[in-house]
Amino acid sequence: MSEYLVQFNNISKFFGKVIALKDVTMKLKKGEIMCLLGDNGAGKSTLIKTLAGVHKPDEGEIIFEDQKIVFDSPRDALDIGIGTVYQDLALVSLMSVTRNFFMGREPQKGLPFFKTFDIEKANTIAAERMGQIGIDVRDPSQAVGTMSGGERQCLAISRAIYFGAKVLVLDEPTSALGVHQASMVLKYIVKAASQGLAVILITHNVHHAYPVGNSFTVLNRGKSMGTFQKKDISREKLLSMMAGGEELDKLEVELKEMDRIENN
Amino acid sequence: MSVKSESIQSKKDSGQDERLKKISPLRVLLNRPELGALGGSILVFIFFGIVAGDTGMFSAYGTLNFLDVSANLGIIAIAAAMLMIGGEFDLSIGSMIGFAGICIAIPAIYWGWPLWTSIIFAFAMAVLIGYFNGIMVVKTGLPSFIVTLAMLFILRGATLAITRLITGRTQVPGLRVLIEDDPIAWLFATDTFQWLFTWLGSMKLIALRTDGSPLATGIPPSVIWFIALTLFATWILMKTRYGNWIFASGGDKVGATNVGVPVGRVKISLFIGTAVASTIFACIQVLDAGSADTMRGTLKELEAIAAAVVGGCLLTGGYGSAIGAALGAIIFGTVSMGIFYTDVDTDWFKVFLGAMMLIAVVFNNYIRKKVTETK
Repeated sequence: MSEYLVQFNNISKFFGKVIALKDVTMKLKKGEIMCLLGDNGAGKSTLIKTLAGVHKPDEGEIIFEDQKIVFDSPRDALDIGIGTVYQDLALVSLMSVTRNFFMGREPQKGLPFFKTFDIEKANTIAAERMGQIGIDVRDPSQAVGTMSGGERQCLAISRAIYFGAKVLVLDEPTSALGVHQASMVLKYIVKAASQGLAVILITHNVHHAYPVGNSFTVLNRGKSMGTFQKKDISREKLLSMMAGGEELDKLEVELKEMDRIENN
Repeated sequence: MSVKSESIQSKKDSGQDERLKKISPLRVLLNRPELGALGGSILVFIFFGIVAGDTGMFSAYGTLNFLDVSANLGIIAIAAAMLMIGGEFDLSIGSMIGFAGICIAIPAIYWGWPLWTSIIFAFAMAVLIGYFNGIMVVKTGLPSFIVTLAMLFILRGATLAITRLITGRTQVPGLRVLIEDDPIAWLFATDTFQWLFTWLGSMKLIALRTDGSPLATGIPPSVIWFIALTLFATWILMKTRYGNWIFASGGDKVGATNVGVPVGRVKISLFIGTAVASTIFACIQVLDAGSADTMRGTLKELEAIAAAVVGGCLLTGGYGSAIGAALGAIIFGTVSMGIFYTDVDTDWFKVFLGAMMLIAVVFNNYIRKKVTETK
């Protein structure tokens, strides 16, 4: 058994003539948090959807627990344990905490054809799970719309873990949150990783990524600019890579040039 | 809801969350979608109790009369409500009623089919048409408003054209004689609890005809169907996995899909539901009148949607209840019949219907904000 829980080797994805991803490689160990950084249009969404089974990669392979895996649908990815939490969280704000927690995978009881949704059991589990991450759900039949953004994010993550995620893919989990809420979510992510999950954290906020990440993969125009261990790279270096540091350097040079011409 | 950084061990130990304050029953009620309709129907009954209490409106005969009208509307309103909770509309309900009517009548009268086979044929057509509506909406992603509006015209036109082509008329009478001894028709054409009414009549507790038989002969089939469907729909919505999928599909289609809810299948099944409910409506009416009329059911789709909205369904989906829709139907049915017992001109009924719906929408909007506001 290799040391990696999941490997994405040389993943490429094309949409017609457009090369959305080219030769992207990522490897994750258990308990590792890898931050996937990139500017808009870098291919983050395409990569997430490929990991989640929405897109099939045109080239490359996904190896999960030493087995080559091909996903035909998002359901397949879920079934082997890749849980994706999208930016929209897949929560329905008019529905209760419990109904959201078990949406699509409701526990049932009773005879065939007369099976009912076991709401008592679902309520208990939902309240317990939310309690474990420090969110005190006093009434699990309360609508999700009454929760704060951070609480919703935690609910979505907690749901993915409950339903057997071994690899958590989190799409911009802190982008819409304030400082306090974001730190609550990040704390929970670290806790999840410490329990043996591999986490892929997609973000363009280095300040959120750097404190929690073990390794960092930077994506630029569909290509990976490499994966760096935390000890090998500074926050500033990461920031400049992400923000297209070279382009900014070039811009600086050009501005200086213009200055020089004007002064002459 | 609040965030605690410490573990909540203390809560678990005591077994009961000390922070769970006792919620007043009123507060619980406020969070239910059918609250408005419940209040509305109580008001309606108080109003007619005062205005028409001594007119015979609330006699056994009068009560069954307005219940029958309410029940007929309720049958389609419940199906419409479930579809609305699932996030879609069906404007072809009324046309489906007309179409189902001739699907029963033409084979039975003109092609010599036994009545029960033509009833089954009508239901089979309903499943097909509902499936078509559903698959069109799901596959094309077009608004159901447009797809079913097209179906409204197609079905009504086809009903008229086919009937005139085959019969040369727009009505198909002569069904009454076929009902007796039919193995299925009784489901839609039998007054139940007749013994009770006979007994009540013999005790002189209810009004009698001149020949001594009671004026109200039994509970009409529409009422039985109405009650059964209300219970069935409520059970599905509140107690089953499929019910959760309906709320999820209407609340957030993309989110529901991402967590594995088969949104397409749920929606298609709900469209089949409205078409089948329209056919139940058609069976009851056609067998009661003994004839099918090509214009039967005109505008019923809008009444059904209105009843569902008054019953607390949000037009955007994801929220509502079957009991609410049932109460909405009772409000409309009671007012449409009750107005005959007052001095008010019946022309005002539509005004009432519109005003009621407007009030309901404003009220529901307010409730939704209440339910989802961040604390």
